[in-house]
Order: sequence, then C-alpha cells, then structure tokens
Amino acid sequence: MPGKISSARRAAAIDWPAAIYRALKRNRIRQVSYVPDAGHKGLIELCHADRGMAVLPLTTEEEGIGLAAGAWLGGQRAALLMQSSGVGNCVNTLTLAANCRFPLLMLITMRGEQGEANPWQVPMGRATPETLRLGGVKVFRIAQGADAFSRVSAAARLAFDGGAAVAVTISQRLIGIKSFQEKR
Amino acid sequence: VSAALHRRDVVKALLRDRGDILVVAGLGSSAWDCTAAGDHPLTFPLWGAMGSACMIGLGLALAQPERRVLVVTGDGEMLMGLGSLATIGAQRPRNLAVVVLDNERYGETGMQKTHTAYGVDLAAAARACGFVKARVIRKSTEIASMRSDAYRGRGPLFLQVKVRPDSPPLALPPRDGVYLARRFREALLGRRPKNR
Repeated sequence: MPGKISSARRAAAIDWPAAIYRALKRNRIRQVSYVPDAGHKGLIELCHADRGMAVLPLTTEEEGIGLAAGAWLGGQRAALLMQSSGVGNCVNTLTLAANCRFPLLMLITMRGEQGEANPWQVPMGRATPETLRLGGVKVFRIAQGADAFSRVSAAARLAFDGGAAVAVTISQRLIGIKSFQEKR
Repeated sequence: VSAALHRRDVVKALLRDRGDILVVAGLGSSAWDCTAAGDHPLTFPLWGAMGSACMIGLGLALAQPERRVLVVTGDGEMLMGLGSLATIGAQRPRNLAVVVLDNERYGETGMQKTHTAYGVDLAAAARACGFVKARVIRKSTEIASMRSDAYRGRGPLFLQVKVRPDSPPLALPPRDGVYLARRFREALLGRRPKNR
C-alpha cells in the first residue's frame, strides 16, 4: 500500500550508522579502529570521511584494545568496531581494561542470531555476551535503530567518565542478514 | 655468531638522559630492564596483555604526534603481536620507534627458543610492513647510532638488538595498573586534563 509502512520497516529506515557516528562525535572519539563487518560498513565510511578522526584497520581485534589504552594514556578517546566473531580474540587483552581501568568502548555487530545462514558464526555469536561479561565488560544492546544514539552515548559516558569497559552489541535483525545466494 | 650485547647495558644507554620521550615496556624482561634503567612516570610497563606493546605505542603516538614514543619489548612479545607491525605500517607514525631486545628466547618461562632462534627475521618483516627503517644491532659500537635513530629518526623505526640470553636480577616496576596509568597521564597531561 503506497504511503503506509509497517512500524518494523520504519525502524529499519532509521539511519543508525549515522546515529552512532553522531554519538561518537558528541563524545569526542578521536581514534576509531576496526576489523570490518558488513554491518559496520556505513559507520566505517562515515569515520574515514572525518578528518578529525584517526581511523585504522586492524589485523585482529585485540589490537584495538591496546590502541585504546595508548590513546587514553596520550589524552585521546578511542572506539573499537568489530563483529561478534572477533570478541573471542580479545579475551586475554581485556586484562588491560580490568587492571588499569582504561576506558574501552566496543561496538559489536552480531552474527549467529536470527536469520544467520552460516553455522560457523553461531558458536561465537551465542557466546559473545557471556564472554564479554566474563572479561569484565559491561554489555549494552541496540535492537532498534531508534536506540542507537542513546545507547552509544550512554556507553561512552560509562566508559570515559566511569573508567569502564563497555560493549554495545548491535542485533543482527537490525543489520540484516547475509544471504549467501550464488549468482546464476 | 653469539650475541655480545647485554640487555641491561643496551636499555641503560637507550634511556639515559631520556628527555621528554614516552616509553611503553613490553612484559617480562624488557619491563625489568626499563625499571633497572630508572622507574619513570612516563614509562608504561606491562605485566600482561602479551602482544600489545606496539599497539599501545601506536595509540600513544597518534594521540601525541609532537612527542617521541619508544616501545621497548622482547622478541617473544613482538612475535605474539606480529600483525601490529602491519597495522603500524599502514599508519606510518613518524614519531614511533620500536626497539626489540632479541635474545631468541622466552626468558620468563624457561628460556625456550623463540622463532628468531630458528631464523625468523623480524627486521625484514618490519621492513616489508612499511617501517621506514629496520636495523639489526649486534655490536656496542652501534649503540650510539641506534639511540640517535630511536630519538630522532623518522618513524616508524624498527631497531632489533641481538642480546645475550642472560637473566639479570629482577627489577620490578609497580604492579598496580591503575597507578601506572594515572601517573603516566598526570605526568603527560597534568592533574586535570581538560576536554578529554
């Protein structure tokens, strides 16, 4: 029906990568590192276009925890972008946040949730929130685009004003699923 | 050819009259060496997070582009963070120097051979990753030029020093990570960093 969209469609239409980018800017994030995920594509492009941010690809996710620690020692704030499969790579390095109370802000796009077509993504996806909690990281979740700005802002406040390690997981339902349809 | 240099002598020469440089010390013997050269608020020694020393140095170098940042670490710690050489190479920070004290051993765990003992060439890896200069230092006569590179050379620099696999007496830095981070930030940024 023209002119009428469901509430689910309306929520999906909210530009949540732009909302997260605004939250990062509002909270004075100066270094952004990432192992890419298709779900983070838009946010990564927005950050790369910003001359006020140093934006770095990593070879593995735990590098970003070290980077964030160094940034903080030098007086800057950092954010770390990854997909849920990268959380397992971070476990030992989380000791930096736990022992030094370095602020850590992680934005994690979820795989292995509703609609996942690749079973290899499921074990780490299922274990992601508990793995983070066991490593001393507080976990927030974005289930709807409308929550993106407020959740990331709240996480940044807790991280940088509270000296905490905070992760925001972004639901696969919001990101959309990877189809694995082969071209015919 | 067995290495002639002693790690403590190398680090003492490197950190004497250190001026305003910022130092990140990798866990284990490298952190003890830096402490033996003089505990300093602008040295951040690691007690864990193996493989992270270079990345902490990179974050610091990007945040403080006017200051020289020196990472002092061992071959085992560097091998665990080998990918960070690629991450640094992609950014090419001019103010970052990495010094690897290469005794070809895991010194804290029973002196097992590391990959460098089997011929893995760390300096070549750094060069391939885009480090502007990557040197191997073997003799005491090269220490002065190594120090000059570390303090003034255009980065990113990689200075691999072949040292004897000896175990000098422990010289332990403070263990409290919150204290280490706070004293570093206060010494660098002042007591109340504004707009951070």
